[in-house]
Order: sequence, then structure tokens, then C-alpha cells
Amino acid sequence: MRVLAAMSGGVDSAVAAARMAEAGHDVTGVHLALSRNPQSYRSGARGCCTIEDSRDARRAADVIGIPFYVWDLAERFHADVVEDFVSEYAAGRTPNPCLRCNEKVKFSAVLERALALGFDAVATGHYAQIVDTPEGRELHRAVDPAKDQSYVLGVLTQQQLAHAFFPLGDTVKTEVREEAERRGLSVAAKPDSHDICFIADGNTAGFLSAQLGEAPGDIIDAQGNKLGEHQGAHGFTIGQRKGLRIGTPAADGKPRFVLDISPVDRTVTVGSREELAVAHLTASKPRWCGPAPTEELQVKAQLRAHGEEVAVTAQVDGDEVQVTFDQPTSAVAPGQAVVLYDGTRVIGSATIDTVERVTAAV
Amino acid sequence: MTASDRRTVYLDHAATTPMLPSAIEAMTYHLSRTGNASSLHGSGRCARRTVEESRESIAAALGAQPSEIVFTSGGTEADNLALKGLWWSRLAADPRRRRILLSGIEHHAVLDPAVWLGQHEHAEIEWLPVDELGRVRPDDVRRAVERDPESVSFITLMMANNEVGTLQPVAEVAAIAQEYGVPVHTDAVQAIGQVPVDFAELGVDAMTVSAHKLGGPYGIGALVVHKETQLTPILHGGGQERDVRSGTLDAPATAGFAVAAEHAVKHQADAASRLTELRDTLITGITGTVEGALLSGDPTDRLPGNAHLSFSDCEGDSLLLLLDARGIEVSTGSACNAGVAEPSHVLLAMGYDDQRARGSLRFTLGHTSTRADIDAVLENIGPVVERAKSAGLQNVGRNS
Repeated sequence: MRVLAAMSGGVDSAVAAARMAEAGHDVTGVHLALSRNPQSYRSGARGCCTIEDSRDARRAADVIGIPFYVWDLAERFHADVVEDFVSEYAAGRTPNPCLRCNEKVKFSAVLERALALGFDAVATGHYAQIVDTPEGRELHRAVDPAKDQSYVLGVLTQQQLAHAFFPLGDTVKTEVREEAERRGLSVAAKPDSHDICFIADGNTAGFLSAQLGEAPGDIIDAQGNKLGEHQGAHGFTIGQRKGLRIGTPAADGKPRFVLDISPVDRTVTVGSREELAVAHLTASKPRWCGPAPTEELQVKAQLRAHGEEVAVTAQVDGDEVQVTFDQPTSAVAPGQAVVLYDGTRVIGSATIDTVERVTAAV
Repeated sequence: MTASDRRTVYLDHAATTPMLPSAIEAMTYHLSRTGNASSLHGSGRCARRTVEESRESIAAALGAQPSEIVFTSGGTEADNLALKGLWWSRLAADPRRRRILLSGIEHHAVLDPAVWLGQHEHAEIEWLPVDELGRVRPDDVRRAVERDPESVSFITLMMANNEVGTLQPVAEVAAIAQEYGVPVHTDAVQAIGQVPVDFAELGVDAMTVSAHKLGGPYGIGALVVHKETQLTPILHGGGQERDVRSGTLDAPATAGFAVAAEHAVKHQADAASRLTELRDTLITGITGTVEGALLSGDPTDRLPGNAHLSFSDCEGDSLLLLLDARGIEVSTGSACNAGVAEPSHVLLAMGYDDQRARGSLRFTLGHTSTRADIDAVLENIGPVVERAKSAGLQNVGRNS
């Protein structure tokens, strides 16, 4: 098979590409240049857009012995991921840019171009497993629970999965590093990437303030009492506890959490852990890895990257998904994806629109 | 067919051309000998003799005096030395000389030092227009100089454009400049061995040459500097090369350079007619069969080995990848930043729109090129362009 290996310059995608080549595929490495202004040197948080990352990817391709190119997807990435990220925050929602990048860039723009150029598939270093069954391909969690990335791949359709390879899904990270070392890949000891790749210093609030400007407003409680002020609602995420900077402590002395963000009147509502509890959510824009479910599902749901699984009942109604939690759960943020799992299998995902809290205060 | 049993069709001679066996032989012979050309003992004198004999050969091949050859680490350094060296020496003699005249199609090794002088030394950069074939018009140069001759620092104009291959009227420009005592630098990196180049006849003050573009080794080049032209040094140290360019001389490399330069100039006419024929077969073969393929630059007054074509509705990057997979090595002819292709500044200066500029390929032929290479391209280019078109244009069709 002719396989395009997306190589970020990190250890995972390097080992993934090496495994594909070793399996006998005709592999070509491609580094996706996603930043409009690539950083010359690593600055603070690990990203995937620096010139050094491009160089690391090239050196890995040399060691593996495969052709290597850089594809400039900066404009596309900016339009589909960065602008979406900013506008979602501006709307008081909490987006997941990695998921959007997989949906719109890696397994859309890149995959389409690869197929057009005569490649059969795209391979990445994501930790997830693809299982071939008579009914088609299934997406499953990786064997390494600490690294599992099936959540951010939950947007992939059967068509996209049909042309995807995740060669690391059956391996734990420590073994991947050992394998990189064994293969002579110099990125073996490179730190894991984390945070958001296009925010080099890791300061999301600062990035958003620079994009959206300051928009001061009130911090209130569920009863509408003003507790403090903020410099921009986009600096907050549902469930956030730290950095609220409220002068007066709560009457009960318990910590307070962000319950709701209302960009229109610029208010941020805070309350107790109990008030945060959610019984039900409505999500839209579903993406199914296989056929869309028609029956009511008794399944598990994951509500954010690296979040815990919770038991739910899900009902699909066209473009809407109703999810009821068996036990109330906290920190459910509109804008995030709800990914549904049947055991280790990903059923699909949808974007959270609204939540119903246990206490109907908000 | 696997990569190992496939013949590589190398058509990127403007990037670098294979070293001549005779140049490799000369260089490796001297690599096994010891001696710093600045040392006074026997070994030093031997190395010095190698350098000076090489200098004489290169000077003879280029129509210059041996003392006019200043060895550098290559074309980029020679260009930097020419621009910065002329700038400071001209300014020291007359503080009014602040205008640098150049066109937007120069190589980055010329463009960037000029822009740097603008940013750091308050040079006034004046861009000479180019026509749609990528040529500077002498009349435009005359107008620019005559507007205020006293304020011109220097003019720089390449002999032949490295991307589209168009030859430039350097001798005419030098004649105009001479009327006003304005020095002219020319980057002749692409021209040596392809077209006749005679430093004295050209009448320029400084000329850049690179060894690896004409069959010599990497890492060495020269700035040919007229004996009466003053240059302020930019590399200071041991005072080698007339005190203009310090640094221990690479005697083995000068030997390889000399053999290659002699050979390139001696066989220039034969090479030019052979390459022109091959090139025209390639051009007519592509433009005759591939819809939307257009030749860039001057159809006849161009480097014999250069065929630069633009293709509608596809990315040069895609074409390059697909040809590379078939063992055909060409260039998109564009500047690279971390391997990311930018639309060529040369094509944009010639009035190409962004899309045409991105859909371009540069085929450059050299001494190892054969008819079989051309046939391989003509056999593959049709399907490759079709496939590249289906992959479309980057950054187009968002959210498709």
C-alpha cells in the first residue's frame, strides 16, 4: 500500500512511520506546517509547529529511509481550527482544537490530497486502534489508557477510518520510546507534546485576550448576586475552579466553580460543586464511526480529553443526540465533544450544545 | 519497479550539477597533501602554488586578471561581499551614495543583503521593474541613474535568472553605469558554462561565481573584483585575498574549482547547442501535450539548460512529489522556509498571480543530461499533471 505518514517531529509519529515502512508499505513522510509564523526555537510549551520539529521529522524520515516533504497547511489550519477555537470561546463554549484538526485537517484536507496524489491511506502516531470486521472498520481505545487518543478521533467517519492507520494503538508509550531508541530515531527522548500547539507559551487566556480583546463583566452566583468582576468571559471554562479571583468567600466556605458563561451579557456564573452537577445534555453535529445508531443506547460517554468514562443512556434523533447520565456528572462544557463508547469501541461523537443541571438554578 | 533498480533522472542542475571526474581527481589529490597557503615553508609554498595556479586558470576562463579573483566560500558569500563591500567603500568616499538599484528577480543572496542594508544602514533600495519575460530594461536603469547619479551606491543585476532562465542585459547596464562612474555587480552563478562570460568585456566591477554550479566542489566560489574597485572587507582576520577576504585558503577546492571552470568555459559553446536542443524538445513536448502548460521567461534568450513551466490548476509541490516518486528530480524553483514553499518572488515580480506562481516547475539540464532524461519526463508529465490537478490547490475549497 502507498501510505502517507504524517510526521510531527515527535517520537510517536516517527515510530508509526517506521512501523508502516517495516510492514512493507511504500511510505512517504509529510510534515504539516500548520503555523503561519513558525517559531525558530522551542519556546516553553511543546508545540508541533516549530522549524526544529520540521527538522526532527526530516531526520526521522532519513533514518527510516523514506521520502519526506513539508506541506503548508497553515491557511487551512488557521481557518478551520484556530478561527473556530477563537469564535467558540467568544460564544462562551469550550472547543477541542485537536479534535477539530483531525476532522478538518489531518483526515480531511491531508487525506483528500493524499488520496488524490495516489496514496491509499494516511498513518499517524495517534494512540487508538483500528479493528477490521466484516461490517467495516471499528475505532477502539488504545491499549495504553494513559495515552489513549480515541476521544479526539471520535469525529472520524467510516470513510475516513477506511484510509487511516494508527500503528501505535497496541503499544504503551514507554515501549514506543524504547523502540524509537532501538531504531536510532533521535526523537526517542523528546518530551511529549501537550497543550495547544498554536499557543506556543501555553497561555490560552492570554492568547484569547489578544484575539478577542478585553471584555470586562460580572461574576455572579446562581441567584444573580454580583460576586466580582472579570476581564473577559473567554478566560473561563465550565467547571473551572482556579483563578476566579472572587473577593468574598462563599457563605458555606466551599469552593466555587464556573457554572455558566454568557458572552452576550458578559456574565460568568459560579456556584458550588453540587450546582455543577449535570443530569442530561443535548449534543448536535454527530459523527458516527459506523452506521448511525437507531436504538436507545446504554453505553459509556467521555466528555473531554483524558476524562473519565461515565455511564449514560443516549438517544439519537437525526442531527441531535440526547444523553442522560446514570449518575449526575460535573464539568460538562458546551463546545466539547461527547464521545460514546461500547466497551473499547468508539460509536461516534457529537458536540455538546446545552446541559440540564440537577439543581435547576442556572 | 523499486527505487533501487530505477534510474534517477536528474534535472535540477541549477541547484547543483554533478562534479566532473577530473575535478574530483584534482581535488582529492590535493586533499591528501598538507600545507597552509599562508605558511612560508615548503609545504606552504606548495599549497600556495596550487592556489595561485588555480586562480590563474579561473581568471583566464572568466576573462579576468588573476589578482581580480577573490576566493570565497561560495556564491552567497561573494554576493554579500559585493553588496556590503561596495556599500561601505562607496559611502566612505561620498556620503551621498545611498541608493542601491536592483530588480526584484535577484537571488535571495543578493536581495537579502540589499534589504539588510536598507534596514540597518539606511540604504535606499530602488526596485528596477522587470517585463513579463523577467528582464530588466536598460532604459529603466538609465532613468533611475540619471535621476540623481551622485546618490547611486551601486547597481546589481544578475547575468541570468536562476528560476526562469532569462538572460539580462548586463553589458548594456554596465555601459550606462560607466557613463556616471557607478559600479555594477553581477551574479553570474547560473551563467558560467552556459553562455559566454568575459569579465573584462562585460565591464562590470564585481562578478559572483560558484564552483558547484559548474562541475566543481561545494563550498567555494569567487568574487571577481575589478582591480580598481574598492571593497570594504566583511570577514576580518589573517588578511588573505588582498585583505578583502580573510580565512585559510582551501587549496584542494581551488584546484577542483579551476579544473571545472576551465572545462565549463572550454566546452561552453558545444554544451549550449546540445542543451538548447534537448531543452527545446522538452519544452515543446510539454507545452504541446499538457493543457494549460506555459513556458516562463524568454523563449530564446534564456539559459540553454533552463526550462521553466507553469501549469494551471495544480500545485508545483504536488508535481514535484509525483515526479520524485517516479525518479524524476526537478525543482519548484521557489524559496524555502523550513521546507515550506512560498510563491516565487521572481514570478510574482514578473506579474504572475499567486496560483500560477505556485503551479510552476523548473527543469534544468546540465552536462550529464541525455535525450533519455527528456523522454522520461515526456512519458510521465501528462499523467502526473492530471493527478496533481485532481489533488487541487492548497488552501482552496475550505470546509469541502
